Amino acid sequence: MSPEEPLLRVEDLRVEFPTEDGIVHAVDGITYQVHRGRTLGIVGESGSGKTVASMTTLGLTRGQGAHVSGRILFEGRDLVALSDRELRAIRGNDIAMVFQDPLSSLHPFYRVGAQLVEAVRAHRDVSRSMARERAVELLGLVGIPDPSRRVDDYPHEFSGGMRQRAMIAMALANEPKLLIADEPTTALDVTVQAQILALMERLQRELGMAIVIITHDLGVIAEVADDVAVMYAGRIVETASAELIFSGPEHPYTWGLLKSIPTLDTPRERELVPIPGTPPSLINPPSGCHFHPRCPYAQPDHSIIDPFLEPAPGEPDHHVACLLAAEVRRRLWAQLRVGRTPAAALAEVGLPLAPPISDPSGLGGARA
Amino acid sequence: MTRYIIRRLLWGVLLLIIVSALLFVFFRILPTGDPAALRAGRLQNPKVIAAIRADLGLNKPLITQFWIYMKNLFLHFDLGYSYYSSASVKSLIFDRLPATISLVLGGAVIWVFSGLAVGIVSALRPRSRLDRGSMGGALVLVSAPEYWLGLILLYAFAADIGQIRIFPGANSYVGLTTDPVKWFTSLILPWLVLAAGNAAIYARLIRGSLIEVMGQDYIRTARAKGLSETRVVLRHGVRSAINPILTILALDIGVLLGSAVLVETVFDIPGIGRLNYDAITHADFPVVQGTVLVSALFIIVANILVDIAYAYLDPRVRYS
Repeated sequence: MSPEEPLLRVEDLRVEFPTEDGIVHAVDGITYQVHRGRTLGIVGESGSGKTVASMTTLGLTRGQGAHVSGRILFEGRDLVALSDRELRAIRGNDIAMVFQDPLSSLHPFYRVGAQLVEAVRAHRDVSRSMARERAVELLGLVGIPDPSRRVDDYPHEFSGGMRQRAMIAMALANEPKLLIADEPTTALDVTVQAQILALMERLQRELGMAIVIITHDLGVIAEVADDVAVMYAGRIVETASAELIFSGPEHPYTWGLLKSIPTLDTPRERELVPIPGTPPSLINPPSGCHFHPRCPYAQPDHSIIDPFLEPAPGEPDHHVACLLAAEVRRRLWAQLRVGRTPAAALAEVGLPLAPPISDPSGLGGARA
Repeated sequence: MTRYIIRRLLWGVLLLIIVSALLFVFFRILPTGDPAALRAGRLQNPKVIAAIRADLGLNKPLITQFWIYMKNLFLHFDLGYSYYSSASVKSLIFDRLPATISLVLGGAVIWVFSGLAVGIVSALRPRSRLDRGSMGGALVLVSAPEYWLGLILLYAFAADIGQIRIFPGANSYVGLTTDPVKWFTSLILPWLVLAAGNAAIYARLIRGSLIEVMGQDYIRTARAKGLSETRVVLRHGVRSAINPILTILALDIGVLLGSAVLVETVFDIPGIGRLNYDAITHADFPVVQGTVLVSALFIIVANILVDIAYAYLDPRVRYS
């Protein structure tokens, strides 16, 4: 395998859940890759399919009756096609996962050490005492003070940050090549968030693993991600290096995300602009570009044509799924980044304003 | 923890005293037959009855009777003597205990294992045909009264009156120490009857509990570790789901030790419930008091055990 070959390549992944109300298209044909030793940030609102996509990587949606199609190539093996048994040998071993709420993610009745020992022994044929030594070592590695004593604590005796450290320790038990972290800092205090992110970066440097970090928080992306994929309604609408996502984003949804977060260097009087409307139903998503009902720049034909993820001109690693011309997008962003409103930016560029959102839920009127 | 246990034990004793007092009040106030007259049997002349009354201390003021009763009970553990057979109530109860304990504990083993097995399998495939079938069957078993089910089984399988004579019928109980094999075979049908309804309830309980637990985040974590599904279900799922069931189990056993009267009557097993039932029909106050007190004791002890067990089963529970 050549060194340029990505560690994980997801190709046209679709995940659907049949429900009583209809089929939920949780993940609607996404393609992305993760390179060794690098961090991919997947960003999007709740319900954009980012969690389902990563759970599917580990086959954790199988039990929920999900229909999965597409390919998930990990070191050349297609995880979608693997048997449960083969996949189990990869879970927690080559690919490990850290979840959002560390308290509910740890078993309340078992000591932290026992849960770490279990993770080690799930994949290595080592004695209980050796696994325990490893557990102490892991707790030390993630910065838990006095690990040889704390190893016998129960999860409820840990603080929130320590629990997430313990979760990370558990994920690292078998030195995975890929760590998937699903909103690892969302349930934590801000200061603890920063510690956990710093820990993950340090561990990545020391262990050389690739990380996929799933978040709704662009601040987290700015902190740790090398590459970014922006998800909306089960699709990836933009991928680029983290630098480019902040300096030259090209998708109106990404603009919306960037405009809705406060930063210290923007003047206080400049208002934060929330993205209007709500995420669409994944049972009956809007036609054409899924974002068009909420997009201030949508043109009439955007509700008909489905955009593809295409390279941005002159930026081969920057892909955007937007029906606006690249040149128009760049002119719009140039206006927005200096603080103009979407309406002003449109006027400057010479495009008509999209009709106001009539159905804020984006459920019904979208198709009309 | 030790202080907690001591406090719980003291509360238990207080509760027993209250129950004893209530029992005394109920049996003296509620209209029943005159024990002295009952004891006199065919010698129903006033002189004999008065003599018996004096003998039993029934002519003393109520408050004195109460004092004597409580003093005997709590200082000498003396439950008095049966009006009917003159035997000591304590010995009557101790004679009957092994049969009841055999019946209840054996039944509990059957209903716990069968109930849990069915419930766990159902929980893992909710709304499957298997799940619907076993939960429907559970509903039937829960609804079947023990005396009815007992008679049906006797009619079907009892050695004396059955259609297929494979199990000993009613009144075949022998003590474990007398003949272990006969003890076992004679209890098979009673165990099944006692277990049937409870197994159904336990199957439904564990099913509901486990379905909820299997949706927890820590189950997802266990799967993400790469554990086998069996291990995920048993070590992570059932371990959590079983806690509330163990609590109920202890209470059920405590209650049944005093009140397995239906099964004991249908199968004519000489147990506590049967003793209580007979004593009631004979207005045999001391025996009724004794059996009710023993039942209360079992329930109180079961409650204390549950509370203590909880601290061990769930490390988040801490008693100060």
